[in-house]
Amino acid sequence: MNTLMPPNEETNRTARRPEFPPSQHQAADAPLAPAAPAKSSTPAFSTRNLAVYFGKHQVLKSVSLDIKAHAVTAIIGPSGCGKSTFLRSLNRMHELIPEARMDGEIRLFGQDIYSREVEPVIVRRRVGMVFQKSNPFPTMTILENVTVGLRLNGIRSRTVLNERAERALHMVALWDEVKDRLNAPAVSLSGGQQQRLCIARAIVVQPEVLLMDEPASALDPIATSKIEELILDLKNNFTIVIVTHNMQQAARISDFTAFFYLGHLVEFDRTAKIFTNPAQKQTEDYVTGRFG
Amino acid sequence: MDAANHSLRKFTSGLMQAVTCGCALLVIAPLAFVFYHLLKQGVGSLNWNFFTKLPAVPGESGGGMANAIVGTLELLLLASLIGVPIGVFGGVYLSEYGSSRLNRWIRFAADVLNGVPSIIWGMVVWVLVVKPMHTQSALAGGIVLGLMMIPLIMRTSEEVLLLVPNGYREAAAALGISQWRTIVQIIMRTALKGIVTGVLLALARIAGETAPLIFTTPGNTFWNHSLTDPINSLPYQIFYYSTLPYDDQVRQAWAGALVLLLLVTAINVSVRVLTRDRR
Repeated sequence: MNTLMPPNEETNRTARRPEFPPSQHQAADAPLAPAAPAKSSTPAFSTRNLAVYFGKHQVLKSVSLDIKAHAVTAIIGPSGCGKSTFLRSLNRMHELIPEARMDGEIRLFGQDIYSREVEPVIVRRRVGMVFQKSNPFPTMTILENVTVGLRLNGIRSRTVLNERAERALHMVALWDEVKDRLNAPAVSLSGGQQQRLCIARAIVVQPEVLLMDEPASALDPIATSKIEELILDLKNNFTIVIVTHNMQQAARISDFTAFFYLGHLVEFDRTAKIFTNPAQKQTEDYVTGRFG
Repeated sequence: MDAANHSLRKFTSGLMQAVTCGCALLVIAPLAFVFYHLLKQGVGSLNWNFFTKLPAVPGESGGGMANAIVGTLELLLLASLIGVPIGVFGGVYLSEYGSSRLNRWIRFAADVLNGVPSIIWGMVVWVLVVKPMHTQSALAGGIVLGLMMIPLIMRTSEEVLLLVPNGYREAAAALGISQWRTIVQIIMRTALKGIVTGVLLALARIAGETAPLIFTTPGNTFWNHSLTDPINSLPYQIFYYSTLPYDDQVRQAWAGALVLLLLVTAINVSVRVLTRDRR
């Protein structure tokens, strides 16, 4: 077993579930509130010998790593190395593909998310996701898109919905741009705005972790830099795992970086170390652009 | 390549383009002919009485098709009550839940059913509904038309649901929204226009069916007051009047055909309007 633990010399930040500004409507959130993590040093995710297969094809091979809470962890690697599959196994999204199956163990703040009594729907409420292609629901307005995760999980009160939507839109720095047209169709926004709207939609349900699958790869440089600033802001409230093709982006925004190649985790360390002094030759070749 | 060869090729190409264009235009010809003929023969008998009076006794002049027009609308409503929910939910199953093996069989069955001649549907419902009830009835007519709608609606619903990009299903799943809520509130809402279009096309298809009604609800000279009594309908009344030797009734049959065609055209036009703006 080649468990790679992130070095712990950094100050031991407390792993808590994200704190939104206090709300007088906590009761309404109660059904969604996840169990408090056991210990302050518990990693957000801890995978052991994770293997994922699509039919006969093995996409991930014995991946063991610990993802630190309240940090940004970047997953890099050439196309087809399994990084998206790894991300999707963290909230059981890969199960939507009919032939997928997995071996090994994934713990979310200490709890086995693949144990028999855990519903995938509940895991996904605790682990949100943002996709490469922004996908606001076309039949809904801007406001309806932000609140959809709350509404379809049973929250009815207009006050609560509007308040939480406004807070989420503030967090993604979209509020000033859309506050006068909350009832316009979401698809009327620009690509970058749509992606920030999707991030607001993901964080409004207060997940503990936010998974991002190349969230800026379809955006222009200005929209990309806005998303990157946003990720650095969100780090205070969420644990973030981001898949990216863009090595400079990984270097700019992440605290830890994992390098995947052909389904193997080749190296996992502090980002500064990966990009300046990697332990593996393969990692060095990839980050310096010699292959991939 | 010499010049003569080249101009021969150009000529052949132009000729074939003209031939294919002519064949395509031939599609319009029957429609124009039908409209022209029905207008010529039928419009003279369209008057207030036609829409308000019950059919006259054969051989006597006057009367109308009021009960047939209302009857056809009632039958379409009854058929929708049966065909729309079963067809749409079946389409949802095919698109959102079903395993690919089972789906293959369901699709095959639906496609075969779409090709079953309508007179056979009439016989089936005669055996299953009319015979046990010992009477032909509006209910039996609604059932036979509803059954005919199911495979049509199922296939079109499935197709428009499959057109909804998977990204929306993933986005909803990632928000921890249950599959059923995702289907109803997000996927079906996105595909609503296509589903409605499929329902309207199915209605247009069955509105003029005659053979199944001959078995299940062959006309009624009076108003229908009960689901278990026969009901009159435009196709049946047209069929009946056109076989009579009286000029007045034959003229009314033409007028009835014109009204039926206008009804089906109206449904098709609303499909056009629905599918025109935005995708």
